[in-house]
Amino acid sequence: MTAASSTKRDYSLVGESTRRAIETGLASAEWYHTDVPRKTMKELMQRSDGPAIRDTIIWVVAILGSAAGTVWFWGTWWVVPFLFVYGVLYGSSSDSRWHECGHGTAFRTRWMNDVVYHIASFMLMRNPVQWRWSHARHHTDTIIVGRDAEIAVMRPPDLLKAALAFTGILDFRYSLPTLVRQAFGTLSDDEKSYIPQMEQHKAVIAARWHMVVYAATIAVAIALGSWIPLVLIGLPRLYGTWHMVLTGLLQHIGLADNVTDHRLNTRTVYMNPVSRFIYWNMNYHVEHHMFPMVPYHALPKLHELIKHDLPVANPSMWHAYREVWPVLLRQLKYEDFYLKRELPPTAKPYRGEFHDLDITAAAAE
Amino acid sequence: MADWVEACAVDDVDGEDVIRFDHGGRSFAIYRSPDDQFFATDGFCTHEQAHLADGLVMDDIIECPKHNGRFNYKTGQAKGAPVCVNLRTFPVKVEAGKVMIDIG
Repeated sequence: MTAASSTKRDYSLVGESTRRAIETGLASAEWYHTDVPRKTMKELMQRSDGPAIRDTIIWVVAILGSAAGTVWFWGTWWVVPFLFVYGVLYGSSSDSRWHECGHGTAFRTRWMNDVVYHIASFMLMRNPVQWRWSHARHHTDTIIVGRDAEIAVMRPPDLLKAALAFTGILDFRYSLPTLVRQAFGTLSDDEKSYIPQMEQHKAVIAARWHMVVYAATIAVAIALGSWIPLVLIGLPRLYGTWHMVLTGLLQHIGLADNVTDHRLNTRTVYMNPVSRFIYWNMNYHVEHHMFPMVPYHALPKLHELIKHDLPVANPSMWHAYREVWPVLLRQLKYEDFYLKRELPPTAKPYRGEFHDLDITAAAAE
Repeated sequence: MADWVEACAVDDVDGEDVIRFDHGGRSFAIYRSPDDQFFATDGFCTHEQAHLADGLVMDDIIECPKHNGRFNYKTGQAKGAPVCVNLRTFPVKVEAGKVMIDIG
């Protein structure tokens, strides 16, 4: 670890950090990529409808089955396991479907990606237009402060907020009012900074459609005198989010910011098969960021191919959280502190010009 | 006015693939469609600075390697977010096993 003077980060997308990122060339920069022969990469990038159709059928059947169980056992304790499954499928697995279909890599057929993308966006209370653009920015400027709109844990870390994220309360409190605001035609300055003007009206229309469905759900709940419609549509965003947070937080938490090498700011974690199904292999996150064209079902193969050039993957979620916890505690006091992950001897070393910036000056190895 | 330049040999481009061609400070992408026709566009995506030669050709579509934006490489038409601006295309002809593009 190296001592350094603390730099206050401004996470708005139109502030001091934004100006600094643009001036220093961090914005829209050239990123490090592991060398992969074109022929091999072309094979890995190939699209196929088969795996995603199979997984989507399983996903839809599981959602409908657990919803049916919830309705059937409503009012008894037997409803709990069905709600548990339904909540995770609705509130967590929708995130990876949103993500993969947003990239357009899950299915070969474009309309299939679009249909699942819009359904998953609704389940997550995410404006599909806004989030398509925010995610493009996330890939251009991954964890670049002042540029990346999707930094989950900012520095110094708010640990209470991070803990509450598992309940979905904070996200719900943010997402729903955001959609309402957008439905009334108002986009924030941050949103305008990454949604091109010609697309902004589409974001308003999308928010209005989401509002229509929620209004209809509330109307049905009132008409039936039942909570069930709300428990099945909308509220899973509260009680089913925990798995999305559990896996998603690990993508970048505690690692470097303001660098242009995904090996420094992104984490790959080995996970159990159930979590990998829910997460659609996004645990191979360094690989995904380096090569976003590779579909989720080819990521394990890509991982095997390039792991010689990446930090050793965390063997489990537990291991990753144990590793990052002391880093977060340290960041409470020194926000420049981060976990610098060691590369294997077979890897190309981190290049100074990619990450030796004064903003990131303290590291634990 | 036409300005034909030799971009590559026919065999330099695999079927349903793309290669990069730089000339006179400009960069182009040369495509070979699944039915063995050749096409050429500007090399860089109109969204951000990513070269399309690193992307994926699927039928008539080139997908950008950075944000998966899609263009029809035959017409240059942008197929939706995150690409909103069409790609410039260039006339192509094949002569004596060479792919020629008109960069004029």
